[in-house]
Amino acid sequence: MTRFATILLASTALASPALAEMLEVEKDELTLGFIKLTDMAPLAIAYEKHFFEDEGLYVTLEPQANWKVLLDRVISGELDGAHMLAGQPLAATIGYGTKAHIVTPFSMDLNGNAITVSNEVWAAMKPAIPVGADGKPEHPVSAAALKPVIEDFRARGQIFNMGMVFPVSTHNYELRYWLAAGGINPGFYSPEDVSGQISADAFLSVTPPPQMPATLEAGTINGYSVGEPWNQQAVLKGIGVPVITDIEIWKNNPEKVFGLTAEFVEANPNTTLALTKALIRAAEWLDAEGNANRAEAVEILSRSEYVGADAEVIANSMTGSFEYEPGDRRAVPDFNVFFRYNATYPFYSDAIWTLTQMRRWGQIEAAQPDGWYAETAAAVYKPAIYLEAARMLVDEGLADAADFPWDSDGYKPATAEFIDGISYDGRTPNAYLDSLPIGLKADQRVIGRDVQG
Amino acid sequence: MTAIDPTRLDSPRRARALSRISKADGWFKVLGLPFMTPLLRAIMGDSPRAQMKQLWITLFVPILSILAFLILWATLAPQVQTSLGAVPGPVQVWQQAVTLHQDALREGEKEAAFNDRQDQRNAQLVAEGQADKVKERAYTGKPTYYQQIATSIKTVFMGFLIGTMIAVPLGIAAGLSPTVNAAINPLVQIFKPVSPLAWLPIVTMVVSALSSGSDGLFAKSFIVSAITVTLCSLWPTLINTSLGVASIDRDLVNVGRVLKLSPLTKVRRLVLPSALPLIFTGLRLSLGVGWMVLIAAEMLAQNPGLGKFVWDEFQNGSSDSLARIMVAVLTIGLIGFLLDRMMFAIQQLITFSDKR
Repeated sequence: MTRFATILLASTALASPALAEMLEVEKDELTLGFIKLTDMAPLAIAYEKHFFEDEGLYVTLEPQANWKVLLDRVISGELDGAHMLAGQPLAATIGYGTKAHIVTPFSMDLNGNAITVSNEVWAAMKPAIPVGADGKPEHPVSAAALKPVIEDFRARGQIFNMGMVFPVSTHNYELRYWLAAGGINPGFYSPEDVSGQISADAFLSVTPPPQMPATLEAGTINGYSVGEPWNQQAVLKGIGVPVITDIEIWKNNPEKVFGLTAEFVEANPNTTLALTKALIRAAEWLDAEGNANRAEAVEILSRSEYVGADAEVIANSMTGSFEYEPGDRRAVPDFNVFFRYNATYPFYSDAIWTLTQMRRWGQIEAAQPDGWYAETAAAVYKPAIYLEAARMLVDEGLADAADFPWDSDGYKPATAEFIDGISYDGRTPNAYLDSLPIGLKADQRVIGRDVQG
Repeated sequence: MTAIDPTRLDSPRRARALSRISKADGWFKVLGLPFMTPLLRAIMGDSPRAQMKQLWITLFVPILSILAFLILWATLAPQVQTSLGAVPGPVQVWQQAVTLHQDALREGEKEAAFNDRQDQRNAQLVAEGQADKVKERAYTGKPTYYQQIATSIKTVFMGFLIGTMIAVPLGIAAGLSPTVNAAINPLVQIFKPVSPLAWLPIVTMVVSALSSGSDGLFAKSFIVSAITVTLCSLWPTLINTSLGVASIDRDLVNVGRVLKLSPLTKVRRLVLPSALPLIFTGLRLSLGVGWMVLIAAEMLAQNPGLGKFVWDEFQNGSSDSLARIMVAVLTIGLIGFLLDRMMFAIQQLITFSDKR
């Protein structure tokens, strides 16, 4: 035993970075929150692969009941940081919902969501979906195919309900984008009515991710937009069919961020840096050598303390394939991106896209100048902290300098890789808003039950 | 010699053994092992037929009913299909119990590995002349199943103790004075039927407001669960105590008057001894209620313990989740049974001493 320990000691002493370079962390015992979704992977990996420990951090990972509880506990200080929806820090900072200044030095992943409908709705949609040469439905599926189904529901006096995970979630904005691109009005928010169902064709409401399949099965909702594993779970249990992945709605869209309060970052600058370093290493590990580590990651995530779903369900999307209809399995290599394409860098342009969607659907009630969007993004997204952490990793020989956008001004080049082909440039949010179908433009406001201005 | 029936021959040694068995009988009953008496008697050769009848009732019937239940469960469970697969039968549940045990062992190994790494780091720090940076940190892994059980039991006893400290003095006061009784009676009647889940949000808010920071003597979640248990479990103790005190023999009270005993001495010497059996009946009921309430509170508040384990597994929605929840259900039942037995044993002791 002692001999074994000495050998172990000798081997790890060589492998571990010299301790002299370790940051002087202000707080070394941290509790971080997460929701049971596969994209919490960077946190689990940083813990299991001891990246947190390498930075001198002793972390407890705690699953949370839902996004609201998670955010409230970060604000109250019960959690030091958490896996958050990209919209949460922005919404909290501008005071939509709970007001608190939340910042993010690290973006957790790209893509990873899908929209699933019940078997009944899928059967009704199918006739309107063109069939490809292989006899399978042509992808991406447009929401136009859903339009007759919703009209049919209305004719029978039924409401078409869909679930999403949170009012300021990427899932909500992606679902709305997809519906609007197909000519379906997903409804508006107004200061008096925060249900988001004003003049809606499809009625969206909040359901916690783990309860999505059960709620769909119960018939309370007819479809939902959620992250993995809850879409693949629906296929496996035979209760629903995913119709579109978010990568088809907007290629390489930002999904989750790692959020902390501004006070915490101010009081604990080195702890924040150390956390960012550990998370960058974890993301790098997840995408290393063409996803070679994903199988191991799936095994870790399937443990009950993390996501806890069956390994085969998690493996689907994590290892680059996605099952739509039962048996219709297609390769989606970039379904979960954790590090490639600068996925972990907190781009201002990503923040601004989320803000434009908040404005589009009335969560931001009045028009704002372009400058406001840029300022808000800069108040929440902190690429400077990210780059400082990356620089340290490069100096320690733990990361490759070529993997980081050192000279970026925080704006990605304009892209038109959306399902409806409309071009988005983060520098001109108002022009972008004016180019979108359905949604608030220029000085429009939602007053009572309708759009005015 | 051979013509005599050997069973009629009571050697003194056997007689002694049989009388010992009779003495032990009370203890076997307390421990929930009533079949031990006839079993031992039969072994000693004391009228086997009568003993078999006893054994049939105390040992074979329970065993048969448990077997019948298992067979029924094993045949019916696979017929119920849920979206998480079929309802697990006894075999799957046993497998998950084994898995949970292995998980606990694995967590133990991980903790050992963590401590090794920490020792190395500290050794390295000392070697580099930075001994001031040496830190001993607790391992932060997931709580094992056994730790969850321990947390729940600790919490229920904490809540139960607080409840007892409130309920017994109040109950004595109410039993001694009709005025106090009339004063607290309406409150008891109103609060007794309130569900723990209704108390929980209020308790959570109040505890959060009163406790500053999270680094107190106890974790906030522990206090919240314990106080919820207290609020729901003190009523049976309170009611039974006041009943026990109020039904004291009048002669005893008169004796106390004649001797001019001080109120405290009266309570200690007269009231408590005669009310003890009923007080313990109340305590036994309270602990049972407390255990039931605790699981619900942990589930809702996401406080560590068996309730949280059940909820987390439900959220996980893996194909093993239902079997794991079943393991938890059986564990909860078994612990509830053991707690009740324990209280029953204490109660028996008290009544024994009372009768002597």
